[in-house]
Amino acid sequence: MENQSKPAVDQRYYELLEKLQMIDFALVELNLFLDTHPDDLKSIEQYNRLAQERIPIVREFQESYGPLMHFGHAYSKFPFEWPQAPWPWQV
Amino acid sequence: MWIYEKKLQYPVRVSKCDPYMARLLLEQYGGADGELAAALRYLNQRYTIPDKVIGILNDIGTEEFAHLEMIATMVYKLTKDATPDQLKAAGLADHYVNHDKALFYQNAAGVPWTASYIQAKGDPLADLYEDIAAEEKARATYQWLIDMTDDVDLQDGLKFLREREIVHSTRFREAVEIIKDDRGKKRFF
Repeated sequence: MENQSKPAVDQRYYELLEKLQMIDFALVELNLFLDTHPDDLKSIEQYNRLAQERIPIVREFQESYGPLMHFGHAYSKFPFEWPQAPWPWQV
Repeated sequence: MWIYEKKLQYPVRVSKCDPYMARLLLEQYGGADGELAAALRYLNQRYTIPDKVIGILNDIGTEEFAHLEMIATMVYKLTKDATPDQLKAAGLADHYVNHDKALFYQNAAGVPWTASYIQAKGDPLADLYEDIAAEEKARATYQWLIDMTDDVDLQDGLKFLREREIVHSTRFREAVEIIKDDRGKKRFF
């Protein structure tokens, strides 16, 4: 039962994941900053630009390693990919 | 509504099996100043805080769940290969007989999490000052945890979490100023 049809986690998995974690970290940080500085135009521009930049990285990651999000926020191949390992604490 | 993302906020790596350190990390899992307490505190306070600061409570509360998951991942990785004897040597025999290697919301001394760790006063400044204090206490705890290990991979994840406490504290201090400014306006108009 363990890790059936688990997509191979290779070097590229970690590289793409880290690239995404870097962009998403900046987005979290900008989001919190903008919550208390809603008039900071430069930060809003940076937020919107990074929100664009994450899209191709997410697409590339998901094509190889399955959906990053559930509840309809990512497409699935057959069989349903979402419940497949690995989960974040397993890698 | 929350949507789960199948990734950690920041990579969690450990360089060895270390159930003793896992036990200490539980302080930030189910302890008074831990990530569970933080997430539940902010997400509960947001309903009755003025509109101008709901966003920051909502978003920091959400980020705390990502930190809770990082702590859980550390504990899981530090204990997954441990034998019952190793758990016993780490002072986790009482944990083992009740939970095996399952995680449980308790602090480093084995005291279960309780809602009495957190407050919602309905007074925006009282709530925000508690939130600032919570972040500062968590920052201190992370420093003491970093001091307790020589595992540089584990220290890296803990240092990320320590820095996040500083940012959250800063944002909450700004929220206090937003509330104060707003009150000033009402008084004079």
